Amino acid sequence: MMKRRDFLRYSAKGVAGLALPISAIEIVSPGEIFADRESGTRWVFLVDTYKCTGCGLCVKACKLENEVPYEANVTRTWVERYVMTKEGKVWADTPKGARDGFTTNKIDLGEGRFQDVKNEEIQKAFFVPKLCNQCEYPPCVQVCPVGATYQAADGVVLVDRQWCIGCGYCIMACPYGVRFFHPVYKVAEKCNFCYHRINKGLKPACVQACPFGARMIGNIKDPNDPVSKVIRTGRVGVIKDEYGTMPQVYYLGLSREVV
Amino acid sequence: MAHGEIWTLKEFFVTPNEYIYWSIQIVMYPFMTGVVAGAFVLSSLYHVFGIRQLKEIARFALVFSLALLPVAMMPLQMHLQQPMRGIEIFITPHFTSAIAAFGIVFTVYFAIVASEIWFVYRKFIVETALALREKANRTMAEKLWHLTYSVLTLGSYDISEKAIHQDERAVKILATVGIPVACFLHGYAGFIFGSVKANALWMTPLMPVIFIMSAIVSGIALSMLTYIVVMEIRRFIAARRRTAHEAFQSIEEIRGTEVNVVRITSKYLLFFLIFAISLELLDLIFRGYTALKTWDILRRVIYGKDFFDIFILQYGIGNLVPFILFVIPGLTIRRTVVGVILVLFGVFMMRWNVVIGGQSFSLTYSGFMHYVMPIIPHDMETFNEGLFGALLVMITPFVLFWGLNKVFPAFREI
Ligand code: SF4
Ligand code: SF4
Repeated sequence: MMKRRDFLRYSAKGVAGLALPISAIEIVSPGEIFADRESGTRWVFLVDTYKCTGCGLCVKACKLENEVPYEANVTRTWVERYVMTKEGKVWADTPKGARDGFTTNKIDLGEGRFQDVKNEEIQKAFFVPKLCNQCEYPPCVQVCPVGATYQAADGVVLVDRQWCIGCGYCIMACPYGVRFFHPVYKVAEKCNFCYHRINKGLKPACVQACPFGARMIGNIKDPNDPVSKVIRTGRVGVIKDEYGTMPQVYYLGLSREVV
Repeated sequence: MAHGEIWTLKEFFVTPNEYIYWSIQIVMYPFMTGVVAGAFVLSSLYHVFGIRQLKEIARFALVFSLALLPVAMMPLQMHLQQPMRGIEIFITPHFTSAIAAFGIVFTVYFAIVASEIWFVYRKFIVETALALREKANRTMAEKLWHLTYSVLTLGSYDISEKAIHQDERAVKILATVGIPVACFLHGYAGFIFGSVKANALWMTPLMPVIFIMSAIVSGIALSMLTYIVVMEIRRFIAARRRTAHEAFQSIEEIRGTEVNVVRITSKYLLFFLIFAISLELLDLIFRGYTALKTWDILRRVIYGKDFFDIFILQYGIGNLVPFILFVIPGLTIRRTVVGVILVLFGVFMMRWNVVIGGQSFSLTYSGFMHYVMPIIPHDMETFNEGLFGALLVMITPFVLFWGLNKVFPAFREI
């Protein structure tokens, strides 16, 4: 007859033996697999707002490069104009995402209304290009119910057009208004730093198109990368960091009015 | 044209990709899930807490919540840009997403409601199946019914006293387990909104609780309304036949039970209504008092743009008026009908003001968006996300209930 102590010993062994193979089965998400593959690259972006003139060539280039229908009122990147008056009023607009630049001094108030701001009333004014921040902690990835949007090992957040169900949750979750539905593919769409280009050693279309060098891309993990150097040693800002997203698009010359 | 452009008006500084992406169907989604959860909780009040007076309405509310259940996912499905891929939520759920749990919660809840109904109706099913079996020369329809009920017995024909007693225990357990699950089903619909940190109006931990409370309110209201309508129809039929056929009680009897049931149920409705409003007001006051950076734009939406929708339609017509109607003594059926319709409208407006209101201001905090609901559809998109899509979602549960009621008579003594 088996002694009680033996019984306990055998059971303990049995449980341990069973637990071992079970612990080997683990639910992994595609993101985790990617993350395990340590990458020597972390793509980041640097925008020098002092250099931006609001010409909109970046927006135009982006639309053409990434086949976002030219006339559709959605865009992966856009440029905002901020105009502050001496009275302390802040006016801002981005007509058609500044695809055609800013062709008038009047501020676009939407629905065909415009605001005239006289030159002598203006205290300061500047342009701010916007694009996906490829957040370190992207809420858009967190909320996707089917895992169709994910973060690659090099930090870029991508959308799987074959898998996206088009629920729009990621669009709601992005604090930067970067996402939209692609008018043709009917799935979530966003800036991915021209992933197809940067992986071939090319610059993103907007970086290449900017005549003033206001847009730059770099690898923050590379200490010799010029962009990386500026971000590490210079005084740079990011947009809306209060959401804990750790945005990876850095700005030179950011002002408190920028939202 | 970009998705959302057709029904979104933009004003002041709004970034290019911002539109009302979640439109009327996403208003319908929490509204319908809310009604499901509420109807179930109402039925559990009888089964779990043994509130005898609710017996009449409890069984009906249970069957009704089964009819409502498939409709809870209908609006979600209809608003997808890729409806054919909706099934992915079940096959590759991504669990950091609040929506991903939908598949699991929904299935569990469905199983609970379906099995509870089975236990409640088991005796009836067996008796009907046996009665039909014994019957000589059955008609085609009777043969079909026989088949249906035989299948529904699931092979268990034991209706001894002991077995029935066990059934009752099973019902009680299921109803008890069902309450937290129902609350979870709906609370987590609130979580879907409340956890969106990018949205200043949605983000509050109170959202799930607010959703649950108003869900119960709407569930009770719709159950009451449907109950009254059905009772009135029965009264009408009874009056015409002037017989006391087994299924048709006499007119006075029907009227008597009806008023009784309605009065009791309305007390519970009031209780949950007060709770829901208190929470909503707490949320509003707290936001105003703490006045974070986003309060400025929220204030302009709540007290400006959406003032009419929030304070007149939702709180005034949808909450205050029915509240007064219910507290005035001597509640009549007619007054109740008006009251519950207004309550339902109020809960609908609450969903509207959360879902649409939450998208009516820009991420820049200095621009607005206005949703113009498509009325006459001219393509699939404007149908799905317009008035008629919403109406389709509204009437489906009644059609389903009509069918279910034929199999599981919700009003007859069983
Ligand atoms: S900016 Fe928006 S879309 Fe881009 S990674 Fe961050 S949350 Fe996602
Ligand atoms: S729209 Fe597509 S990518 Fe975005 S959350 Fe839904 S399924 Fe994911």
